[in-house]
Amino acid sequence: MRVALEGSHAVSEAVRQANVDVIAAYPITPQTHIVERLAEMVAEGELDAEFIPVESEHSALSVCIGASAVGARTFTCTSGPGLALMAEIVFIASSMRLPILMVLANRSLSAPLSIWNDHSDAMMVRDSGWIQVFVNSAQEAYDHVFIGFRTAEDKRVLLPFMIHMDGFFLTHAVEPVELVEQSVVDKYLPPPDFPYRLDPASPLTMGAFVMPDQYAEVKKAQDEALKASYGPLLEAWKAWGELTGRHYLPIEGFYLEDAEVVFLTVGSYGEVAHMAVEELRQKGMPVGIAKLRLWRPFPFEDLRKALKGVKYLAVIDRAVCPGGVGGPVALEVRSALYGMEGPKVVDFIVGIAGRDVTPEDYLKMAEMTPEVAGGGSENYVFYGVKE
Amino acid sequence: MKTIGEVRFTRKNLPKEEFFVSGHTACQGCGEALAVRLALKALGKDTIVACATGCIEIISSRFPETAWLVPWIHVAFENTAAVISGVEAGLKAMTRKGRFPQKRVFCVGMAGDGGTADIGLQALSGALERGHDILFLCFDNEAYMNTGIQRSSATPFGAVTTTSPAGKRSPGQVTWKKNVPEIAVAHGIPYVATACPSFPYDLMTKVRRGAEVKGPAYVHILSPCPTGWRCAPHLAVEVGRLAVETGVFPLYEVIEGRYRINMPKKELKPVEEYLNLQGRFRHLSPEIKGYIQKRVTEEWEKLLQKAKAFPYEE
Amino acid sequence: MILGWKDIKPGFVILEVGSSRSLKTGDWRTERPVLDRDKCNKCGLCYLFCPEGTIREDEEGYFVSDLYYCKGCGICAHECPQKAITMEPEG
Repeated sequence: MRVALEGSHAVSEAVRQANVDVIAAYPITPQTHIVERLAEMVAEGELDAEFIPVESEHSALSVCIGASAVGARTFTCTSGPGLALMAEIVFIASSMRLPILMVLANRSLSAPLSIWNDHSDAMMVRDSGWIQVFVNSAQEAYDHVFIGFRTAEDKRVLLPFMIHMDGFFLTHAVEPVELVEQSVVDKYLPPPDFPYRLDPASPLTMGAFVMPDQYAEVKKAQDEALKASYGPLLEAWKAWGELTGRHYLPIEGFYLEDAEVVFLTVGSYGEVAHMAVEELRQKGMPVGIAKLRLWRPFPFEDLRKALKGVKYLAVIDRAVCPGGVGGPVALEVRSALYGMEGPKVVDFIVGIAGRDVTPEDYLKMAEMTPEVAGGGSENYVFYGVKE
Repeated sequence: MKTIGEVRFTRKNLPKEEFFVSGHTACQGCGEALAVRLALKALGKDTIVACATGCIEIISSRFPETAWLVPWIHVAFENTAAVISGVEAGLKAMTRKGRFPQKRVFCVGMAGDGGTADIGLQALSGALERGHDILFLCFDNEAYMNTGIQRSSATPFGAVTTTSPAGKRSPGQVTWKKNVPEIAVAHGIPYVATACPSFPYDLMTKVRRGAEVKGPAYVHILSPCPTGWRCAPHLAVEVGRLAVETGVFPLYEVIEGRYRINMPKKELKPVEEYLNLQGRFRHLSPEIKGYIQKRVTEEWEKLLQKAKAFPYEE
Repeated sequence: MILGWKDIKPGFVILEVGSSRSLKTGDWRTERPVLDRDKCNKCGLCYLFCPEGTIREDEEGYFVSDLYYCKGCGICAHECPQKAITMEPEG
């Protein structure tokens, strides 16, 4: 069934269809509509779940940990400063291997206060140990709630899953969404059955403290687990593709074979970039675009394979690492491409706090790229900043 | 008005099983370990515990050793009340959906005075306000003991800690002990109580009542700490008893907002008897001791007035 | 017991509850409790007050400390109403 839905409400609908047990979230712009719709659904009896109106984001994820630890399917969502407040617990959720699903409605971290969208919040938790994907539309956000739960709860994985969804651009825009039949969801997503649960019938201890002589082993196990989640995620994507016809990959490339300048995007700005690429190609410019969907575990092989033979890579970064580093995506991409006969990477920092990037800007960036590329690895452009 | 259970522990029905077992690394004479052991006896095996970072967590859960025989989870320092809220909510949803057997499991949060009254206060307030069916136990040893005896808001006036040392310009802790049980009462929850392991049957009874009551319950347990309070280990139980008998830490219950005072039953012993046992008060001048006596008596009078104005009648 | 990374369960959960019982905290003490059975009236207060939970009832109903764990804190001796327990120096 095809409906027009606000991105937030597409997420709420997916959470409802996934038969979540516990929802704990603290309202923060631009995530609020997700939470409000879920509260409505629970109040009307459309969703049988415990809706916990916590008193802060830190408690939101803590409630999720408690619920997940007893075997409940749990969901939370937040944005920007809310994620920052929650951050202590974000790292704990993954090292305790609890399959919680979070939608992060990407928003700038303070200061200054800004409710608008960029990836500074996402980048803050790069190393948190969560599986992370960036979605580009309301449809993708909806789909990934199911894909996320299935992957997270997979007994080979048991890791929390974060969906990065651009605040306002995706949360508040109304788009056509193809809803999936409940019977299809039920086939795709088995009921939760976690192997380690708090249960008086078989007691165990979770969250012991670990001494230096053992801590590295726990971290290595966690590192390996996140790496190994790649396989089950691809399986989950494949199964989803077979059921719905919507196939997802770690990185999706368009016109890479003959492009001179390829844009690398993360998140929904890639949609406008894609449109710009189409327009530019009409005018005869050899440009292409690669859209990075899988962020953690970082898809090294997929990226290298996709970008082999590309001359210039213009990375579209939506956050900045202050101090001369440039943007985080370019940083990781350069690291992934190291040693490879490969593209010269140019880093454009755009769309900070939701500033618009138009097709004209992509034209300009495509033209600037070969020039800027000559400048060595510290070359990043804070594009469009008023002097 | 009967909203609390009928259970009362005595020698006759004292549960024999231990759910907090030996081999833990608490100091000799740890009043908190004693309190936890007794609390768990009262709760029994159908219990899930969420525990804050602190003395009890550290001495009982050094991987791969655990002193707990019940399901137990530690997450962080300040979020115990939130974690146990999640446990309760998860069980509620799973039970309703047929994924957990229909039976009562006590959801119990345990934290020290730091994890309750300071860094943990927000989460506690949220959990109590939301009305979860949980029991929150504060094991109050009156300082951040596990990190080396730093002050908390539960540190009593005049006590020496490393961050409230006594010196030329300071008498030790300069503020009066924060009244956390009253904060819990202000949330309008069904059951609040104070307890001390020096009165073991009273403690166990209150823990059980708190667990059985439907809705949030809060029990504040004074946990004598010979290491931090600077007294010999064998005096742990005696010093707790004196805290109660001098009125420094009266034992009472507040059931649906109505007060019942359990101890002391006789006239208050002089506070000095309690202070003199402990090195953390050794530096106090007679003036300060006098102030403490005055204030303890005042607070006791206030409690008596409350019990008179809002008495619990069975 | 140090585990290799592959042997650690996901989320480093501990499945063997009560595994602390392998730790011989009895090594800590400098004094040990000695019970005078003639004075003991089996009231069980020592059992109740032991922070280690290491005092157990024997077949005759006397309460005896398991010296594997006893830390020698002396609470039992101090609280015994009959003064039936004395703390004697270890070794």
